[in-house]
Order: sequence, then C-alpha cells, then structure tokens
Amino acid sequence: MKQGDRAMALRSFSRVGAVIGAQNLSLLIVLIALGALITSQTPDFLLAGNLENIGLAVALLGLVSMGQTVVIVSGGLDISVGSTVGLASVTAALVVANTGSALAGVAAGIIAGALAGAFNGGIITIGRINPVITTLATLSVFRGVGFLITNGSAISVPNVAFDNLGSGSIGIVPIPIAILLLVVAAFFIFLRFTDIGRNIYAMGGNPVAARLAGINLDKYKLGIYTLSGLIAGVAAIILTARTTSGQPASGSAGLELESITAAVLGGSALTGGKGTVIGTFLGVLILGELDNGLILLNVPTFYQLVARGSLLLIAVLVQEFRARRPGFFLKLWGRMTTR
Amino acid sequence: MPTPSPLFRLQGITKGFLNVQALNDVTLDVHAGEVLAVIGENGAGKSTLLRVLNGDYRPDSGQLSYEGTPVTFNSPRDAHRSGVRVIYQEPELVPSTTVAENLYIGELPRRFGRLVDWHLLNRSALAQLTAFGYESLISPSTLAEKLTPAQRQLVEILRALKSGVKLLALDEPTSSLTEEEVGKLFATVERLRDQGVGIIYVSHRIREILRLADRVAVLRDGALVAIRPVRETNEDELVRLMVGRPLQAVFARKSHAQTDVVFRVEGLAAPPLRNISFEVHRGEVVGLAGLVGAGRTELAKALFGSARVKTGRISIEGHPIRLRTPADAIAAGIGFSPEDRKAEALILVRSVRENISLCILDRLRRWRFIRRGLERAVVTRLVSTLQVKTPSIEQEVGKLSGGNQQKVVLARWLAREPMVLILDEPTRGIDVGAKAEIYRLIEQQAASGVAVIFISSELPEILGVSDRILVMQSGRITGELSAQDATEEAILNLAMSDHLAKDRPVDGGTNAR
Repeated sequence: MKQGDRAMALRSFSRVGAVIGAQNLSLLIVLIALGALITSQTPDFLLAGNLENIGLAVALLGLVSMGQTVVIVSGGLDISVGSTVGLASVTAALVVANTGSALAGVAAGIIAGALAGAFNGGIITIGRINPVITTLATLSVFRGVGFLITNGSAISVPNVAFDNLGSGSIGIVPIPIAILLLVVAAFFIFLRFTDIGRNIYAMGGNPVAARLAGINLDKYKLGIYTLSGLIAGVAAIILTARTTSGQPASGSAGLELESITAAVLGGSALTGGKGTVIGTFLGVLILGELDNGLILLNVPTFYQLVARGSLLLIAVLVQEFRARRPGFFLKLWGRMTTR
Repeated sequence: MPTPSPLFRLQGITKGFLNVQALNDVTLDVHAGEVLAVIGENGAGKSTLLRVLNGDYRPDSGQLSYEGTPVTFNSPRDAHRSGVRVIYQEPELVPSTTVAENLYIGELPRRFGRLVDWHLLNRSALAQLTAFGYESLISPSTLAEKLTPAQRQLVEILRALKSGVKLLALDEPTSSLTEEEVGKLFATVERLRDQGVGIIYVSHRIREILRLADRVAVLRDGALVAIRPVRETNEDELVRLMVGRPLQAVFARKSHAQTDVVFRVEGLAAPPLRNISFEVHRGEVVGLAGLVGAGRTELAKALFGSARVKTGRISIEGHPIRLRTPADAIAAGIGFSPEDRKAEALILVRSVRENISLCILDRLRRWRFIRRGLERAVVTRLVSTLQVKTPSIEQEVGKLSGGNQQKVVLARWLAREPMVLILDEPTRGIDVGAKAEIYRLIEQQAASGVAVIFISSELPEILGVSDRILVMQSGRITGELSAQDATEEAILNLAMSDHLAKDRPVDGGTNAR
C-alpha cells in the first residue's frame, strides 16, 4: 500500500472510530476481515441471497441479545431467555391455532415473554436472589412448562397472515430482518440517549452509588428483566412464524449462551456498567458470519462449536489485555506498520 | 541514620503512559535504617513510583539496584524475593479467613499430615501481634472481612515483616487510622528502622512526616523537585515545594451564616443514634466531630434516607420531609458525598461526564432524552470551576487520582444545587493542594446560601472550616462549640468524656463476644 493511501485509510477509520467507538471499530475490522477471508475461499459468501440468509439466521439471536445486553449492563444476567422464547412460542401458536387471529397470537407471545421476564424480576427483587441462580432455575421451569403445554411436540400454525411475519418482506427487506433492525435502533437510542439508559449503566457500574444517587434499583431490575422477556417474546413470534409451528425447545435452546457470547464479544463486561448495543450487534453479526462461512466451506458442525467458543475466548483475552496494558495494541500496530 | 552506600537505588526512572509522563528521570537513594518520606500532590507520580518498586510496572528507562547490584522486577513476586515490600492503601487480605491465617498464609503450621494446627497457628499469630504491641487492637481469630481498614493495614505490615523485608514502602498508611493506631504504626516503623530496614513512607500529612522521617523527597508532575533532611526543612517549605506556590492561610475564611434556619432535625433516633436534634442555618457550615464510630457517618446516612429512621422529625425551610430513600432526600434538596468515594459514590467504569450529570438527568432531559449539548456544557463548566485534572470529560473516573475523583463527586452535587449539603470526610486521602481547593468550594457553597454539614476526623480542618461544631459520642450529640470557642482540646473532651466509664463502647468490642 502507498503511504498516502494508508494515511487516508487510517483517517477514515479513525473517523468511523470516533462515531462508533474504538472497541466497536476493532469489531468492525474483525467482521470485515473475517468476511474477506471467507470470500477468498468461497465467492458465494457475498451473494445477496447468502447475506440475506445470514440476516435471517441471526434475527432470533440478535433480538434476544438486545435484552441480554441491557441485563448485563445493569450488572445482571438472564440465562432463561432461550426457555422464555420457547414458552412464548408455544403460547403464540396455541392462541393462533385456537382463535385464528394472527394479531392475538402476536400479542399473546409478547405478553407471555414479558410475564416470564417479570417473574424473573420479581424473584430477583422481592426475594433478593442472585439473578444467575434465579434465571438458572426459571430456565428449567419455563422449558418444562413449554413442554407441558404442548405435551412435548410442536404445535403447527396454519395461519397465512401469521406465517407471513417469518417469510414475508417489506420491499426487499425480509420482515424478520426489518424487525431486528428496528429493535436494534430502539435499544441503541434507549441505552445511549435516555436517562433510563444512563441509570442502567450507573447501577451496573456501582449499585451502592446508584442507590445513593437516587435510583430505585428494584424498580429498574423489575423493568429490565421484563424487557428482556418481552424481547424474547418478539423473537418467539419470528421463530414461530418462520417454522410455522410453536416450538417448545427447537430453535431456542442455547440462545442464552449465544446471547451472552454476543454481548461479551461486543465488549460488555459481566461485572456490569459496560457494554453497547452496537457492540453486541456486531458480535451477533460476527457469530452469524462465522457460522455461515463454516457451512459454506463445508466444515463439519462440530468444528463450528469449537470455532465459536474459541472466538469468545480470544475476544475476552484481548479485552483483558487491553485493560491490563493500555496502549499495547497501539504499540503493536505501530511496530507492524513502521517496518 | 543514613549509611554511606545506599541499600536501594532508583536511577533515572522514567515511566510514561499514553499521554502522561508519570515519572520523569527520578533518581532516589534509600539507605538501610532510614525513613525516606515521599510527598507530592495527587498525580505527582507517587503511586507510579511505588508500582515500579513493587514490580507492577516496568519503567520505560532507568535502573533499580539493590546494594549496588542492578535488579529487574518483572512482577511483585520478583520484588518480594529481593526483600522489597509495598503496602498499598487498601491492603488485600483473604476476606473469609482469620487474621492468623492471613499472617501465615502459604505456611500454615500442620499436624497429622495435612490438618492445620489451629492452636499453634493462633498462638504464633498472637505472639507476632504482641511483639508489635497490636494485641489490644487485633485478635488473631477475627475474620479479615470484619477488620477496619486500619487493622487490615497493620496485618498486612506484619505479614510483610515476617518475610524478611529489606525495603518497606508504605502508601498513605495513616489515612484511615485513629490516633492510637497511628502511634502504634509509628512505633513499628521506628523499630524497623532501628533494625536496619529501609523505609519509604508516602504520605500527605506533612506533620507526620516531620515527626517520623529522616529525609523528605518531594515529587511534582513526575519529577523529583527536592530532597531535604527533615531537620533542615519545615511545613511551609514542603508545602511550597509540593504545590509550587506558598500555602497562605488555607483556612482564611469568613462566615456566611445567616439567621434563618434551613435544616432542622428534632429527636431523631436510628440505632445507634439517639435523640439527635440540631439545626443548620442558611450559609452555615456545621462541623460534625467525634471519634471513629461515634455515629457521624450513621447520622449522615440517616439524614440522606439511606438508613432506617425510627423516630424524629426533619424539615427543610420549615417544611417537614419524609426520607425513606436517597431519592426522597435528593428531591427534598439534600446532597450527600459519602466517606468512601470509590465504593459509595463513583461509577468507576463510567466517564467523568456521566458521573457528574448522574443526579441532574431529570433536569437535563426533554421527554426522556438527555440534551447532550446542555449536559456537556454543564459538565465542562464544573470541570473547569473545580479544576478537575482530566484529559477529557469522557475519561473513565477510575483512572483519575484520588483528589480529582473527590472533585467529581462534589461536582455532581454542585450541579444539583442542593439546599443542604452533607460531606462525609471529603478530604480523606487527598493532597494539600486539592484539600485547599475543597475548603474553598465549601466556602463558596456556604456563601451562596447552602447549609453545609461537614464531617471530618482531622481536628485542624474541622476547626478551620466550620462556623459551629457539633461533637458526637456513642450515637449522641454531646456538645456544641462555636468557631470562636472551639479548640482541639475542647472537642476531644466532648468526644471522649464520661461514656468510657459508664456506657459500653459502641464500636470495637462488638465482635469480641
């Protein structure tokens, strides 16, 4: 690369960095580099159809991860999100099957998710129980209730209007992707620009100080877990519509760990007070890109699990290193480029 | 007394971070059997110096040498192996184990193979404590998490001594100690000096240094400004060297107290507090004095809705208020800067901006959106008024020095513009320059009509800042002194009189049972 080109590339990168933050900039670089790597192996990657596939594949995880990010930023953790999606999915399917109304199904799914979340929040605040323990318990409870409702099998949803939510498009954008983008935008604004978002960062960073600054921690926790459940309900609608059936477990099991992975990959600290919606969104895209690339390259499924876990470990190690030795990566970059 | 060849030498030590030069070509000798005090304002480089000594940081350039031999510390373990021990302000003990276990961690006495010999362990620990005269202060079987900060520090020092320390560095060791504990600590330091240990003593308290140290090194902005034998210097000179300007009458202030009552407390009871009644006038600074554990912090918390109140009436400008949560107190016009700023006030991982605007978000928002331009303007103004030293308002608060962190807490409340401002030990652990600025701020607040309640354990400070002083003891107010009548003796009399004989002590002996 010529000197001038590099300077220009650096300048435009630093401008992007100023808007989305240095942490997210490095995620964006990883996303692009990974994409380039995959494209160099298989040109199919960049086809519009394939990109749409990635979008559809990550819609569910993307939604759930938004709720998870808010929970993690507030200093908590929601391990029950996957089960909540399953419970909301069978609820929605049941209502659609019995009423024939798509709208009633959507409402029922979202309400079921929100109630499940509120249940978590209630236990955590009233019982003063650790959120990990609480949601670990409800992970099992919600899943069990989902199976009980359906007697273990899926409930089919023969409703064109409802199923259209999974397979239809607005213009050229598939509905699940449109919903994901809308929700990401809403969460971005919520966490970054509202006083509630600010207070959530404060309570995650130091709950004692947050209380002494006048924040009602119980009210916030209740709201945050309800929100996480509600978004899981929205994700459940998409899952149900895409598979045209209410699924107690299929498609939603494992979402809890994947959403935590995406948030941590995106820079959220499990100790609370740190994390961004954009970071999590980039984390989700990287995970989706990785899965998709490995499929295109015909890598066996088992390796995908290894790759995903390794990516998380690397991300955490990089964060830790950055915290311990500020400037390390800048120096490394300097050494690599001034040779 | 100093011997000719140094025990330990730092030669041309330089250490920089991204955009700060924390240490710049510092050369220092420490001799066996001397106490070398290191003083300087916050950010002068004292902490970095200690971290270099402890092997936490590697200097960018420069050389450490021990008895003339160059040494390199890549980790604290290397430093320990060479006999160098740094005791930080917040010593780390294993919380759920006893003092004795912490003292002998890694070398617990055993019997029957792998079982811990508890009897021998406690006996050796007690012997160790007794050897340094700490037996009345610390019991070997107390859990580390129940210790006061002072006791933790003493345990940490004992632990260092056991490992055959040659150079002991103490970081602000007295910032949270009582008079008695300070006495014990000094006796320990003097004894170690006589045994030939080299001691580096970092402190803000110039009087202590004049009492204890043999030589004083002054750091300013990362550079060594002067080294003076203690006999040839004095308080004024040291302050001038540290701050770079003379400290003329830090406490010169005039009273802004007006006649009308802003804050009134009647018959307040909230265990351990009993029958607390007092009032604060507009523009008045009321000092709350008392020994550690007298109930001052508990009172502050009760007045801020953070501790449960059993009975009592509180009113602001004649209007009775109910304080069930801190949010109630803030809404009623009360501000509170707690004693432990890191644990109770600051969101360390968030920015200066977010920390300062935390309590005024309700005023900055339009609908629910924060007006970021307005926020930035308010924060920038406060940062410059309070002279908070930070590269930008987006800097993480955890990366600022102690004095600047305290200013951020104060800025949060100045932004809120409360009618009553409660400050609990606002100058703890910060340097002379920042202290003077905080005194000035308190006076400005009083001048603008705020009723200030000022809690401090440093008597000169409470005498210098307050218009009126309330003295507490065992959860009660035992006396009131006007600024004219108050002396250190008068305060101590009220703080310590009668109760020791009649009542049981409120703190201390509680976990002995």
